[in-house]
Amino acid sequence: MSTTTAQETPAGASTETTRRPRFSFSLGSVLVEARALVALAIIIVIFTALNDNYLAVSNLTTIAKDVSFNAILALGMLMVILNAGIDLSVGSTVGLTGAVAGNLFQGLDVPLTDAVMFPATWVIVLISIGVGMLVGLVNGLLISRLNLAPFIVTLGMLYVGRGLTQVLLGGTNITNDLRGQEGLGNTGFFEIFASRPLGVPIAAWAMIAVAVAFSLLLTRTPFGRWLYSTGSNERAAELSGVPVKRVKTRIYVLTGMCAGMVGILQIANIRSSTADLGDTYELNAIAAVVIGGAALSGGRGTVRGTVIGAFVIGFLSNGLVIVGVSPFWQTVITGAVIILAVAVDQIQQIVQRRRAQARAVAEARRVSERAERDRDSEGKEAAGV
Amino acid sequence: MSPAEKTGAESAAPAETTTSASAAGRVGDVVLRAVDISKTYGVTRALKGVNFDVRAGEVTVLFGENGAGKSTLMKILSGVEQPTAGHLELDGEHVELASTSQAVARGISIIHQELNLNANLTVRDNIFLGREILGARGIDYRRQAEITRELMDRLEEPVSPETLVQDLRVGQQQIVEIARALSTDARILIMDEPTSALSTSEVHVLFGIIRELTRQGVAIVYISHHLEEAIEIADHAVVFRDGELVAAEEAEHIDLPWVVRTMVGRDADYDFRDRERRHGEVALSVQDVTVADPSTGKVPVDHVSVDVREGEIVCLFGLMGAGRTELMEALAGRDELAGGRVTLDGEDLAGRGIGDRIAQGMGLVPEDRQRDGIVQLQSVGRNMALASLRTWVRGFFLRQRAETLNVERSIAQIGVKTEGSDAPIMSLSGGNQQKAVIGKMLLTDPRVVLLDEPTRGVDVGAKGEIFSLLFDEAARGLGVLFVTSDVGEAMTASHRIVVMSRGRVVCELDPRRTSRDEILAAAEGTVPEHARTSAPAETSGPAGHPESTSSTSTTSTTSTTSTTNGAAS
Repeated sequence: MSTTTAQETPAGASTETTRRPRFSFSLGSVLVEARALVALAIIIVIFTALNDNYLAVSNLTTIAKDVSFNAILALGMLMVILNAGIDLSVGSTVGLTGAVAGNLFQGLDVPLTDAVMFPATWVIVLISIGVGMLVGLVNGLLISRLNLAPFIVTLGMLYVGRGLTQVLLGGTNITNDLRGQEGLGNTGFFEIFASRPLGVPIAAWAMIAVAVAFSLLLTRTPFGRWLYSTGSNERAAELSGVPVKRVKTRIYVLTGMCAGMVGILQIANIRSSTADLGDTYELNAIAAVVIGGAALSGGRGTVRGTVIGAFVIGFLSNGLVIVGVSPFWQTVITGAVIILAVAVDQIQQIVQRRRAQARAVAEARRVSERAERDRDSEGKEAAGV
Repeated sequence: MSPAEKTGAESAAPAETTTSASAAGRVGDVVLRAVDISKTYGVTRALKGVNFDVRAGEVTVLFGENGAGKSTLMKILSGVEQPTAGHLELDGEHVELASTSQAVARGISIIHQELNLNANLTVRDNIFLGREILGARGIDYRRQAEITRELMDRLEEPVSPETLVQDLRVGQQQIVEIARALSTDARILIMDEPTSALSTSEVHVLFGIIRELTRQGVAIVYISHHLEEAIEIADHAVVFRDGELVAAEEAEHIDLPWVVRTMVGRDADYDFRDRERRHGEVALSVQDVTVADPSTGKVPVDHVSVDVREGEIVCLFGLMGAGRTELMEALAGRDELAGGRVTLDGEDLAGRGIGDRIAQGMGLVPEDRQRDGIVQLQSVGRNMALASLRTWVRGFFLRQRAETLNVERSIAQIGVKTEGSDAPIMSLSGGNQQKAVIGKMLLTDPRVVLLDEPTRGVDVGAKGEIFSLLFDEAARGLGVLFVTSDVGEAMTASHRIVVMSRGRVVCELDPRRTSRDEILAAAEGTVPEHARTSAPAETSGPAGHPESTSSTSTTSTTSTTSTTNGAAS
């Protein structure tokens, strides 16, 4: 899966001038990602042994879809987590954009007239994703301009979004209208958003596109640098002229955009716009980011790690289903894996810190011993003379 | 330690005296002794074999410049850190203080410079935080309130135990801190800059309290940058320099010149006063700038005016609380001005944010490097590039090769000692981190650089290198405004010294014609004779700095405000 992301570190240009390779520095980040990869490998080995169908093409297609939905949301979530923020509203936004799209396929009553407008499919898709971005913009403005806690703002938005979804759907699911009608010029939704170019679900292509785009954004643009630096030390970033508030607003727009994309892809996938679509998706997204080695305290995390994290969750939950573990135990196991991931991360950091401390103490002792030896030898010389 | 023969049973058994302040040792007895204490951090030797006594019923004042080792010693005495070599003796017994709670249990309390109170709790709850008195039904609030009331009465600040700390003035909060320390039956009370937040009248109250405590046998260790105050309260003074205790003296032999002479010891090994200087047009002009702090109602910067010319290095000298940092942050664009004007190359900066000001050519190297200067999780290169990323943007993306090239050239030129631009910033020593932060601002191609205590926490060698760098840049036309509370730096590393005190500019001095005593006296508010004329004797640049006149004219308004503050207390 390493093909999905670009290089996270600007290698090449700098390594020539660096005398020593930065082995010790990158080791930590390699371990974090390797850990998730090792977990993924173990999961695949175990479930393949337990069930022959696990790696069958049909099952892999199912996994790919689930993973893609979660990965797209998780990549959006990564943006806000890099800033030490959180977005709990993405699940509701998925539902809301699905409901908006469903409603638009049924036609838009033009106010003050009897006319009903049927926008073209691509217009519907753009409007729906736009609604997702708008939700994100509201989140972002409240958080950056009013200094409200991201947890609270997006928790509120979780309710608002879910409520609006229910209002828009009025208790029914929108199923048949999504197909569109030839005469209305709004056909083609399923043909595009449930398609499988080259045998791979369109959602997976979308995930790859988002991963590449976000990876470039994080590593190759000033915006990415600003995001990492505000996440690590906001005050220092601000004094360096980083537009801290603007960065904060924009990342929530990005998560909203991702949620909007998932909303569209999901209603095409399940061929229906339902009121509970996207429920608790935010939790899986956060879990993927965390398993991928990002720090909730900000400043640390990569696109590659997040995508791997989404794969770990996807392969695990699918495997549990396929070997017939009871749904109740599935939830328990998934939760335990998430806790394990962060616990291992923390333990690793503690061990590294201890080692660094021990090194510093040893170095200090060496220095003082050397100083003492010098003093002694000086004393002897003086005595000898 | 000699046994206390005269005072009978009460202090005869030193081991039992830990529980009660009233049982503290006889005045003059050594209660705490530091024996050959050394402390090293990495390769830095913060303390070098210090021997030091604390005596019951006396105020021992510690003098020393920043980085001289005072605060390290305080950390060791209060159990925050452990010495690399040497040990402590309490009442003649060898003790190891592994934590602050162990120190407190043995009667050693410290009052930190920053108040460690929970503003949302009451005075009573703060005093007993972590040491609540438990009764049969949970916390015995009545007993706690009683003790609190007694303590506050003893300290002559009878506020109700139920008052929330956030409703108290800073001076009163300081007294709550002292009450908390006393509530642990402290026999040794360490005070780190206790007066930095106090008004003059509050300082007198505090000194009264200190005298009372010493009469009760409490040993006080007192640290202050405010030399005259510290001399006033001292019974005994020790002076630190570069991690060594260089002098110890009794109160009757101590005066300001002695303190300054021993503190500084020798001149810094750099002196840039006689470097060739070419000053051009006024680059930065600060006119009547006032900064108000709405939360405290104070005015930390009061009608300050100062100009910085191209190629000129101006030192803003002042002691803690003079308003230097507030002025610098306001200039950088972090805080809004309550009045006045700031212009850069004649352009008014009002309403411009930090980023705009950096783009315009003025950025700040902040005082607190860890909090405001560096991005801890990132590499040296990323840190240095942060302020000037826009320079290397083509289309949507960064030209990373150009960026790396520029950053690495800058690392070499500035002399940042690092394994490479990819090394984590936290792997660097303090001095090199500071050079990286300065490098970050220089990479923005500035007209004027503001530096707040640029040599704080930097070892002596790196200090000279930092100033040498600034003088090189100044020779190419950069204007520099730096803040310091180090007299040596002010004298040897500037073209002009502007002295601030209590938010105002006191006077301007020529580093080649002034003396340490004069600068320090000015920082206390005394305008030296020869600086009273409006035009300073400086002749190198186009003469005449009208701001010295304007600053003196505002003196009357300021003194009124300070008296009202005093009256309120």
